[in-house]
Amino acid sequence: MLTLKINNMEHQVDVDPDTPLLWVIRDVVQMTGTKFGCGKGLCGACTVHYNGSPVRSCSFPVSAAAGGEITTIEGVEDNLVIAPSAKAVKAAWISENVPQCGYCQSGQIMSAIALLKDNKNPSDSDIDNAMSGNICRCGTYQRIRKAIKTAAQA
Amino acid sequence: MKLDQYIVDTLYKKEVQAHLNPERNVTVISNVSRRSFLKGLGVTSGSLVIGGSLAGCSQEQTSETAVVADAPLTTSELNVFVSVSSDNSVSIICARSEMGQGVRTSLPQIVADELEADWALVKVVQGIGDNAYGNQNTDGSTSVRGKAFTILRQMGASAKVMLEQAAAQVWQVPVAECKAENHQVVHTSGKSLSYGELASVAAGMTAPAPESLKLKDKSQFKYIGKGITSVDLPDVVNGTTEFGQDVQVPDMLIASIERCPVIGGSVKSFDATKAKQVKGVVDVIQIDNQPLPVMFHPLAGVAVIATNTYAANKGRAALEIEWELGPNAEHNSDTYLQERIELVKQPGTSHRKLGDVAKSLTDNAKQVEAVYTVPYHCHASMEPPAATTRINADGTVDVWACTQTPQRARDLVAAELGMSDASKVTVNVTLLGGAFGRKGKPDFVVESARLAKAVGKPVKVVWTREDDIKMGYFHSISAQYYNAAFDDNGKVDGLLARTSFPSIGSTFNPAADEPLTFETGLGFVDMPFEVPNISLEAAKAPAHLRMGWVRSVSNIHHGFAVGSFVDELAHAAQADPRQFWLDLVGSDRMVDLSLQETEYGNYSEDISQYPIDTKRFKNVVNEVCDLAGWGKELPEGEGLGLAVHRSFVSYVGAVAHVKVEDNKVTVKKMYAAGDFGSIVNIDRVEAQLEGALIFGLNIALYSKMSVKDGVIEQSNFHDYELARMNQAPELVVKSIPSDAVPGGVGEPGLPPVMASITNAIFAASGKRIRDLPVKGQMDV
Repeated sequence: MLTLKINNMEHQVDVDPDTPLLWVIRDVVQMTGTKFGCGKGLCGACTVHYNGSPVRSCSFPVSAAAGGEITTIEGVEDNLVIAPSAKAVKAAWISENVPQCGYCQSGQIMSAIALLKDNKNPSDSDIDNAMSGNICRCGTYQRIRKAIKTAAQA
Repeated sequence: MKLDQYIVDTLYKKEVQAHLNPERNVTVISNVSRRSFLKGLGVTSGSLVIGGSLAGCSQEQTSETAVVADAPLTTSELNVFVSVSSDNSVSIICARSEMGQGVRTSLPQIVADELEADWALVKVVQGIGDNAYGNQNTDGSTSVRGKAFTILRQMGASAKVMLEQAAAQVWQVPVAECKAENHQVVHTSGKSLSYGELASVAAGMTAPAPESLKLKDKSQFKYIGKGITSVDLPDVVNGTTEFGQDVQVPDMLIASIERCPVIGGSVKSFDATKAKQVKGVVDVIQIDNQPLPVMFHPLAGVAVIATNTYAANKGRAALEIEWELGPNAEHNSDTYLQERIELVKQPGTSHRKLGDVAKSLTDNAKQVEAVYTVPYHCHASMEPPAATTRINADGTVDVWACTQTPQRARDLVAAELGMSDASKVTVNVTLLGGAFGRKGKPDFVVESARLAKAVGKPVKVVWTREDDIKMGYFHSISAQYYNAAFDDNGKVDGLLARTSFPSIGSTFNPAADEPLTFETGLGFVDMPFEVPNISLEAAKAPAHLRMGWVRSVSNIHHGFAVGSFVDELAHAAQADPRQFWLDLVGSDRMVDLSLQETEYGNYSEDISQYPIDTKRFKNVVNEVCDLAGWGKELPEGEGLGLAVHRSFVSYVGAVAHVKVEDNKVTVKKMYAAGDFGSIVNIDRVEAQLEGALIFGLNIALYSKMSVKDGVIEQSNFHDYELARMNQAPELVVKSIPSDAVPGGVGEPGLPPVMASITNAIFAASGKRIRDLPVKGQMDV
């Protein structure tokens, strides 16, 4: 039995220690805002924050996550450390009408929030570096870039 | 063509045609009760529910839960698309699937406009799979074009008239004195009643005949044409969306299936001992091979059923399976493509003929000749397919699936479960995390039904990324030969082209071994050039994988080849490509293919209503060139490339700005201008153009599927590469204002993109790319 702290709530989970955090969040805790995209850390759809840093939960064993702070798209606005940028990022995502299908956007938003936590005024290359782990098949990159800049100005 | 005819008459009409030739049910709005739709609305119905209906919805359903007499909220259904509640909210059904194109916003936008509803009071309700909605297949860019636009407008207008009639009855005044506007009906005296107040009375009104409805003039539109924000945005940013992969049903099990890596193969034997030792695994079930054609049958394999996804995948990895691979194990895409390249140099089956090409090619010495190839592609939607089936004790079945074709999924699930009454199957359509055609093939839904029956519990089948990339319904690999001759005045006098690719028809009839007319009609026989001698032909290409439609279908390779060849001709003629495109398209006219020995489907639209209009085509050439500043001075090593294409009865031009330095290609900026006729949501139309540019960038530069010994060599995003943020150029798009009838939007942006990029590479470097992707030939 492992204890996971997700969005400031503790969850007791009975899973194999090698289970990726993603499947514990989605199947056991039943929070499905964090998406499955590739299972290999290649697409970023499953991005969550672990102790404030973005991680690919599909490739992050749950045993390594116990004891730390896990933040998902559902709770990111309540995370006091990054709350202002989380709110601003979500608002910018809406004002720029970023998503098409929306499936990758939880991961995109979590990566963007992590970027803005440490960098209040990211350049284009900062955005490239922080966001290139997140694939969008619909091709919303330009709007994502614009929304990050909008959120940075907020 | 006997085989062609067979497929058209049998399987194609039933299945493939549903993609490109939507069922054109005539709408008749009547007052047949359709209370069962309230189930789909997720609300409790009041006692005054009387409904309207579409033609063809004769299967009256009476199985809904008992009406609650004293419910505080009453909801009255005015027709199958529109219900009004006593709290003044209006529920509008979106009967098509949302996969990123914005239909859950744009379709209700159409209804709400004619309904005179207040958008803030509109709730969008996703329609279950039901014939009452007419065609629900969300593919072929059909959600708005053709009759769909008018039908949705009529649904809004009809409900509005019923509300006006209700007010007239309440006030005991002539209906002519009552006018619906902004969510209420106002009497000439000034008094008014809200839609909510009128709902229950309106439900008792007779639905007006569609021909009696007066639809709005364009100048009166409040919502149609506006970039209304997507209704699902709050859920997306808060992580509260529900996609097919997200479905949770009590007591549900998860299935992950190891399928035979070669299409047509089967399970020889398997050992599940180790799989069953994995914690959480509850069952292992063999899925037998089904005889060809593959249709939408589950592929042969072994399913591992577990209490969670990880256990299912882990158990699956522990399976020991021996496969009977079958004859397709001899398929190798490299040699196959080489064979096609040789074949297209030989005469093929004629698909369009004008004048005497042989003579033109004999008489005129100045010629250009080229062969173009495009590899296999898969859809790679960010959400891999997933479906959940629950078989209930009362014999009904509930399905939740990210499907583009809920009616097809419903019928196939019913057939799979041996049910004679498909209406007992409710297919709930979740959001689709991208689809691009993949999710119009409900094999994954059938898998969930089969396994739910086998284990006696609800089962969610989840496809992994590897499943999605290796086991899909692929876009055809292709080779195309082009040969043109210039006359003494430098005009193109003869054009010979041949296309060879495995047909989608093979999915429905394994004997289909060359392109069919519905495929040559996708950007090949309809090329609009004013050339006196034309011969367009198709060459054999037997299928060895499951072939399927991917965004814009055969237009992907046809658009690339035509767009490239025009550019090659322009350079051979030492002409500016912009002017050359305009000249080659020629005079203002509606292209008449009727006497050119061709069978052209025109995307199932009436050619007189949706002609091949060269004026619109040329206008798009000019619009996109103006957008890109065509002709401007560029630094050494940079160039612009142009391509224009008509598909899904819309016209799109693309220009790419490319830099080439030391054999390294950088796409700096991309432009697209589209004439889609009348549009519904300007922001979503622009978003589709932006998306099409990136989709085309992927095909042009990065993505490729190859096959060795019958097995797809790629498996995930490391080897089926898609552009990422650092590779995404700046995009400039324009939706050209138009009053014409609406055309398709989701697909037509894609076909010109690939050639615009390779033409720009030529302009920048002098290097002509005829084989996609660029990767492997140049650094990208």
